[in-house]
This record gives sequence, structure tokens and C-alpha cells, in this order.
Amino acid sequence: MSEFRTPYLTYDVLDKRDTPSWNDQTREAVRQRLEEVPKRRFLTADQWSLLEAICARLMPQPEREEPVPIVPWIDDMLHRNEGPGYRYADMPPIREAWRQGLDAIAAEARNRHGKCFEELPPIEQDALLTDVQHNRVESRYWRDLPAGGFFLHQLLKQVVGVYYSHPAAWSEIGFGGPASPRGYARLGFDERDPWEAKEYDFEADDA
Amino acid sequence: MLEVAEPRAVGGRAPDVFREGKWVPMRTYDDNEEVDFAIVGTGAGGGTLACKLAEAGFSVVAFEAGPFWRPLEDFVSDERDQGGLYWTDDRITGGADPIELGSNNSGRGVGGSTVHYTMIALRWRPEWFKAKSRLGYGRDWPISFDELEPYYEQAEEALKISGPIDYPWSRRRKRYPYRAHPVNAAGLVLARGCEAIGVKWSPLPLATLSAPRGMAHPCVYRGFCAYGCSTNAKQSVLVTFIPRALKAGAEVRDLAMVGRIEMGKDGKATGLTYHRGGQWRHQKAKHVVVAGYAIETPRLLLNSKCSQFPQGLANENGLVGTHLMIHSGPGVWGMMDEEVRCYKAPPCMAVTEHWNYDDSGKDFHGGYAFMSQGPLPVGWAQAQAINRGMWGMTLRQEMTRYNHIAGLRIVGETEPQRHNRVEVADERDQYGLPIPRVTFSYSENDRKLMEHSKGSMRAVLEGAGAKELWVDDDTSHLMGGCRMGDDPEDSVVNRDGRSWSIPNLWVCDGSLFPTSGGVNPSLTIQALALRIGDRIKAMAAKGEL
Repeated sequence: MSEFRTPYLTYDVLDKRDTPSWNDQTREAVRQRLEEVPKRRFLTADQWSLLEAICARLMPQPEREEPVPIVPWIDDMLHRNEGPGYRYADMPPIREAWRQGLDAIAAEARNRHGKCFEELPPIEQDALLTDVQHNRVESRYWRDLPAGGFFLHQLLKQVVGVYYSHPAAWSEIGFGGPASPRGYARLGFDERDPWEAKEYDFEADDA
Repeated sequence: MLEVAEPRAVGGRAPDVFREGKWVPMRTYDDNEEVDFAIVGTGAGGGTLACKLAEAGFSVVAFEAGPFWRPLEDFVSDERDQGGLYWTDDRITGGADPIELGSNNSGRGVGGSTVHYTMIALRWRPEWFKAKSRLGYGRDWPISFDELEPYYEQAEEALKISGPIDYPWSRRRKRYPYRAHPVNAAGLVLARGCEAIGVKWSPLPLATLSAPRGMAHPCVYRGFCAYGCSTNAKQSVLVTFIPRALKAGAEVRDLAMVGRIEMGKDGKATGLTYHRGGQWRHQKAKHVVVAGYAIETPRLLLNSKCSQFPQGLANENGLVGTHLMIHSGPGVWGMMDEEVRCYKAPPCMAVTEHWNYDDSGKDFHGGYAFMSQGPLPVGWAQAQAINRGMWGMTLRQEMTRYNHIAGLRIVGETEPQRHNRVEVADERDQYGLPIPRVTFSYSENDRKLMEHSKGSMRAVLEGAGAKELWVDDDTSHLMGGCRMGDDPEDSVVNRDGRSWSIPNLWVCDGSLFPTSGGVNPSLTIQALALRIGDRIKAMAAKGEL
């Protein structure tokens, strides 16, 4: 699958920014997310560019000239050393886990293909990431870091979390977005308030 | 990001949660003034008890590690920005089935986890309080349903629970204070499926307003309940018991992390050492109540060890931190032809407790309820990624079907097991305090219960017309760790939450639970807190404090 298709053809959640669905504090939080994308402060330049390449596979956005930024927010989280409030007993603290994990993926790519990850064709990048996900890795690069655990609970979880925090992602899945103070009135099956996304029926159209 | 750097409840006033930028007067106590009760934690246990004790005329200071929120101004309609609501200090989680902590079950801030809870307000099955003698498994609680019933009622009145006229399970003699909310499409999926296979269902009793109350208007169904309510419809402890406590003369100290309970030579607690405003301070108290929930409560008792109590406080029998329980939470999900749009309204609006009350055909002990679900995009996408290993364009495309998903998830009973526990590690946190290490593994019985529940949820979803079903795993809630009992050898505190060995040390939160039951714990925690408050008042009147 390469072509992305959304049934919410014309819906843009940001159109509601100046309606009663948004309050001031939410407007400000989303403005910061859109306008104040942080600069690199934690990752090395190499780790940053590797993570950019990984994000392009985990959450590809080929149709966008300006992809939703993901790496800057992960760097920001690491810079602030902001954990989720727990650490699995077999995992090092988050900063170590990310440094170790990214460096191990870089080493896997060089070991397998004699190239850096960023230079690999997408199909080989995907194959490598799938192996990491399933722990099919060279233990000398990973040492005490569980590859699959890092892939799912750190890397993929954060990439996906950052992407679906962005209004562009809310729009493409037809999510109502911020909803205070107005909320919603119509709650039943196939019921939609006028300020909610209208779904386009491709199947009916094809027929 | 939601952040509050400086304490707000200072200088004789506290935030008025109902009015933007306004304050309410607050009585304050000097560190050297020996208050009647110093309470650690302001959630379902501590906040509720602070109110009850202050209204009974005791002098009370309640300590809260997190901020004093102003919901109308602070809370953003956003999953990512509300991360400040959760306890995110370092904790290690291990065992065969490590518990996800943080946003999953641990609140931080005045009101505790009730600020982010989903407002489900269920009473226990009466027999669960005597599970061992009546049902043949688990343990008996030192108190009965009959003893707790008046306090369930008090809690429901205090929170103006919205509920159906006839809730089919547990026991209730009066109507719920407020009418039930209309059920959203996600809940109607559960209803339709239950009716198709012939089991009862019900709209959930919820602690969110269905009619105005004071300065709060009814729930607007914005759906961000797990990320804090920005309209005050949610009847969290922050907007119910805390304002009452302040009015009755209690002091709440926000951004005040308690590091240690201090002990006197006579074997009684003398007060607390706490960190606030950049320095360690000491509060004198006649009584100390620990209400930090099932991880921080045992942690504080263990971290308060001293030469007199080398194993930690109230821990002569080594039970502090043990028998920690969660609710297991496998879920089943599917696709509906109709638009469901589960982001609207409280995430859980319908329930079946059929398998909490009907024990026929079970190959395990215990019970489970399941509720309709309303994940928001980040949570949903992460669940797809982690549980199904889905990523790339496959995930992006799958996410465009978000408005058609429907899911059910159980609140499943787990057994109290000694090796599931909270300990303290060598590693230290930002205050220099040893951090907690949590160990959890399901029992054989827990696993059988989860398997059984998947079959039940599958049948209900299929009955509702859902397709492409898949199963995921999750957990919720924390219980146990300082269980109450009638035998000093076999419990940490007595039936009133009072330590067996230190007569002026009390526990009042979910860590009291000897067993977990198959419903959300908050209403039972609040009922226990109200009962403990009444017991303390009665003991004081008889000179037994």
C-alpha cells in the first residue's frame, strides 16, 4: 500500500479554531505545536537524520510537501528527559535507551548493507525495521537493550503519538478535535453535528 | 505542556476552581502547630477524608505532591498537552506482566486520579466483601457491604451521580441523585450486542453532571474526560470534597512532596517531613494519614524506616507493599458499518456486569464487568501500533476508519498474591528519595478469567454487528499494598485503616483493599474514606484516639 486515501476530503479541524469548539488555552497549545517546533538539543546530527529516515517509514507522508514534524518533538522529550512515569525493569532510562537504540539501528544497516540506513531503498529500510521489531538483530550492537521492546514501546509509540497529536492527522481521520466549551449534541449511530467531519463514501461513488 | 511551577495555595487563600482567576479563603497552619491530622495525598481517599475530618471539627492539613489545578483555565482539549495530570516521577515496573503506570493509573495534583478518571461510579457486589466465606475464593474484608452501604450512598450524593432508575446489579435503595445521560453510539453497540445474546446491560452510573449544580453546568460530551474536565461537569475530588474541606477549615498544601513520616521515642508518629518551595520542612501532627494510593503509600511507609522500625513503618509482619492488585483489561475491538465516532461523550457509557454476578459456567474464581470504550486518536493509534505491531502506510490508512471502530474492555478481578508488590529501589528521584519498584505477574486464575472474558466480549460485539474483530491487552487501577484486616499478623491496618503497631498512623486509599473486585475502585475508596472519617469522629468522642 503506498497511496494514502482519506474519506474526509474537505475537513480541516483548524477551521474550528475560532468557534466555540476551542477555548483560549487550547488555541494557544495548538499554536505552539504548529509554530514553535523545537530545534535540535539532544540527539546528535547523525542520530537526528537517522530518526528522520525511520519516521519516513513508520509514518510515511509522501503526499505532503511539508511533513508533520516528528523528530523535533522526540528530541524535545529527550532533552527534557520526560518519561512516562515508569520504566520496564529490563530497559535503561529513556535517554540511554534512545541513544543505544538509534545507534544499534545504524550499526545494523552498516553491517548488513555497508551503507547508512538513510541511503537504503525503502524496501530494505522496512525489512530492517521489521527485523528490529521481531528481535532478529545482532546482539553485539544492542547489548542489554531489548530490540523489540525498544521498537514498540519507545520508538513506534512516540512516533505515532507525535503524529496523531497534530491537527493534520486529526483532519485526515475525521476526529472532532478540541471540543471545549461546545462539545457535542448528537451522540447516536450515524449522527453528526454540523461542526463534525463529513465522511465521503468511496464505495457508493465507485458503484 | 500543562505545568505549574509554584504552589498556588499560599498566603491564606487557595484557587477557586469554579471562577477564573478568583480565590477562596483558606485557613493556614504553622509548621510548628501540632495539627490533629496531617494527610498525605488529596485523591479519592485523602481528599475525601480531609473534608470529612475538617467538617467534624478537626484541624487538618492535606499534602499534595502535584499542583492545585484551575480546570477552567489550565485544562486544554488535547491528549498530549495534558501529560501533567499524571504521576511521571521515575518508577521501575517488572515481573512477568509489568504494569503500565503513569497515565494508565497514577494521578498527580489536587484531586489525585479522580481528575483524570472516567467517572464510573459502581458499588461492589455485596458478596465480594466476604468472598472467602460466601464465594469460596480470595479473602474476606474486615467490613461488610451492609457496613459500607450508607457510605456508598453518601459518596453518590456528594458526587451527584447520574444513573439509571433501575441499575440491575449490586444493591441500592434510592434513586441516583441525577438522571442518567443519553448513551452514545459506542455504548449502544454494547447494548445491542448484549440484547442479541440475552444478557443484561445498563447505562453506567457516572460522576459527571446531567443537570446543573452550583456554578457547574451539565456535561457537554466533549470526550476528553481522561485528560481532565475543563468545564467542571466531572465531579472529581478537586471540585467536590476539596472546596468543602477548605470551607470547613482544612489547609491544602500543593506541590508539597512528603518524604518521610517522623517518629517519636514513644513509638508514635510526630509529623511529616515534606519538600515545598525548594526546601525541606517539618509539620507537626497528632495523627498522620497516608493516602498516596497503592504505590506511593507503601513507598512512604518503607522510606520512613528508622532505628525503631528498621523494616519501615507498620511493617512488622513484612506485608507493606505486598498483595498489590490491578484490574486486568483485555479488550475486543471491531468495525461497525455505522459511524460510531467514539470520541464523543464520556469514554465509557454502557456496561454489563453479567459476569460479575452470574458465576455459572466459569472455570475460574472472580468476576469482570465490561464497558463500551472511547479512545482518542493518540491512544488509539498507539494501541494499534503496540498491540497489532502496525506501522507505515498500513497504520495511516487503518486510522482513517477511526470513526467506525467500537470496542469493549473489561475491568477484571485479579487475585491478591504476596509476590506482587511494591518495594523501594536503590535509585533515587529528584528529591533524593528511593524510587518504587513494582513487580506484577498474573496468576493462573487471572489468565483464565481474561480468556473467558474475551469470549464474552467477542460474542457481544458480533451480536452488535461488528466485523474484523481483534483483541488487545491493557490494565487499569491499583489496589492493595496495605491491606486492612482483623488479624494483626495478616494485615497492615485494622478495619478503620489504623496501623496495628503505630496507633496514630492511618492509611486511607485504594491500598486498603484486601481483594480487587470486578468494578472500578474509586466509589469504594470514597465510601471507605467517609466511613473512616465517621469512625475517627466516633473514636474521638469516646476518647479512643
